[in-house]
Amino acid sequence: MRKPKDPCDKIKYKYLLLEGTRYKTTFTRKFENRKPWIQPNPMQVTAFIPGLILKVLVEPGQEIKAGQELLVLEAMKMKNQLKAPADGRVKSVMVKEGEKVPKDFLLVELE
Amino acid sequence: MPLKRKIKELHKRRQEVLLGGGEKAIEKQIAMGKLTARERVLNILDEDSFHEYDLFVEHEARDFDMDKKILHGDGVIIGTGTIFGEPVCIFAQDFTVAGGSLGLMHARKITKIMDHALKMRMPLIGINDSGGARIQEGVNSLAGYGEIFFRNTLSSGVIPQISVILGPCAGGAVYSPALTDFVFVVDKISKMFITGPEVIRTVLGEEISMEELGGARVHSEISGNAHFYAESEDQCFEQIKKLITFIPRSNTLKARTFEPREPKPEYKIDKIVPGDPTQPYDVRDVVKAIIDDSDFFEIQEMWARNMVIGFGRMGGKTIGFVCNQPLVLAGVLDVDSSDKAARFIRYCDAFNIPIVTLVDLPGYLPGAEQEHAGVIRHGAKVLYAYSEATVQKMTVILRKAYGGGYIAMNSRHLRADFVFAWPSAEIAVMGPEGAANIIFRKEITEAPDPEKMRKQKVKEYKEKFANPYVAAARGYIDSVIEPEETRKLLLHAIEVSANKAISGPKKKHGIPPF
Repeated sequence: MRKPKDPCDKIKYKYLLLEGTRYKTTFTRKFENRKPWIQPNPMQVTAFIPGLILKVLVEPGQEIKAGQELLVLEAMKMKNQLKAPADGRVKSVMVKEGEKVPKDFLLVELE
Repeated sequence: MPLKRKIKELHKRRQEVLLGGGEKAIEKQIAMGKLTARERVLNILDEDSFHEYDLFVEHEARDFDMDKKILHGDGVIIGTGTIFGEPVCIFAQDFTVAGGSLGLMHARKITKIMDHALKMRMPLIGINDSGGARIQEGVNSLAGYGEIFFRNTLSSGVIPQISVILGPCAGGAVYSPALTDFVFVVDKISKMFITGPEVIRTVLGEEISMEELGGARVHSEISGNAHFYAESEDQCFEQIKKLITFIPRSNTLKARTFEPREPKPEYKIDKIVPGDPTQPYDVRDVVKAIIDDSDFFEIQEMWARNMVIGFGRMGGKTIGFVCNQPLVLAGVLDVDSSDKAARFIRYCDAFNIPIVTLVDLPGYLPGAEQEHAGVIRHGAKVLYAYSEATVQKMTVILRKAYGGGYIAMNSRHLRADFVFAWPSAEIAVMGPEGAANIIFRKEITEAPDPEKMRKQKVKEYKEKFANPYVAAARGYIDSVIEPEETRKLLLHAIEVSANKAISGPKKKHGIPPF
């Protein structure tokens, strides 16, 4: 019997663990590139959208109140005010005015 | 003027328009590795079958010196023809004429042929090769797109709609293909995106090439927007023609039947599936072992490969196959594979194509990434699509059918018409390891040798529940069959259910978990 063309032959197998069972299988590129979930840190203010830092309104060491404006991030023609999530102190400012930042870029760290 | 001269004038006028954007523009098109719009139409259709409409249409734009510009056919070719004798409507944007840009009259030509296709109940093929809206025509261009989208939606589920991306298709223009049933792309030629690399670079500062952003490969493998990938335009046209042979002309008809053929002998159905449920195999070999001539026409071959969908014939009739693929991600249901299966099920249902479901899955893919991506909402699409479908629905459980996955894959409970199971089937609430760990937790932890006890309990559970007979005892499956009987019984099921007629409660439409 001629064996049907078997794509399994050249394949590099991986193992997927599901409910205690190890399944021999292969992975897709999308599955291998998936991002693991990370606990968000509210004291790290990040860019929720990629854009341009229009204004930096705080400096390191400055005491701040919850709701106080920290930065203006311009994206999609909108000027977004980024505000402090809680009372605290500015630990560090990672960006300068006029800088372009990608999504999720760390902008200001609070303590 | 005598008639002869008038006819001569017609020839002269035709000759001018047939050149599209002129020789220079055609040379450019060829240099880009592309065929011209006219060549494309003629290559897809049967020889001498193309009849063109609206050859002499001209635009009426006045602003920005447009009144001084002649755009032949306004940048699009429309007409009717046949593919293997089946009538189709076709339009092809002509990139050589003002970059195939869409103005008011260009859109009117497209909507004219769309209306014609819907009225005459025949498939519509749209070839997209356009820079986008004709900016000089302003809101008239937008109106044109809107009119096209509306007709795509109106025709959806009534006539087959096929989109072929043979050049750029950017911005709002991408939504017409997205609303159609099948999207064909060609390597290095097709480009689809909402916002191009230039905009992304200036606005967001991200560097990405056109190919990486919206090339044929990306849409075939990552986004799932494309259904058929080809290396060349010619290969793409062959795919289109083959698809036409599998689908009916409209939702009130059945697909053409062909001479029945036996599967190829090299596909031995009892030799494909390993007994151990953790071992992989290619489910497409099982499909090939039961369909006519082992000729499987797979759809979305590269995207969400843990689910296999496509057309094959049984006894000469078109059948839609929906199969878990143990070879990839153990065949789990996840966001993409659910989406892929659900849409195809709805396609088959809309066009009277019986569905055969081959089941072998361990369940849903766990993980925060999947939960956050909406595996609940997307997974629900499969339940919705199967439950809603009134076409003939056959299921063969090859091996594992655990938990929610068992229910989702066209189970009896979703009104499958026939449910067969191989003796290797394991129909259970979850895999033996997981189930034993929960049910016998106390015995396992309290045993002097917990690992030994665990193994023993898993074995016990496997013997008692990892089989098709518990489900068969309740009538949830109709028959436990030998693999070799699969084709014969499916052919029988298709034949006896040919006159299936059921209807649900009257409603305007359901609210599927889109």
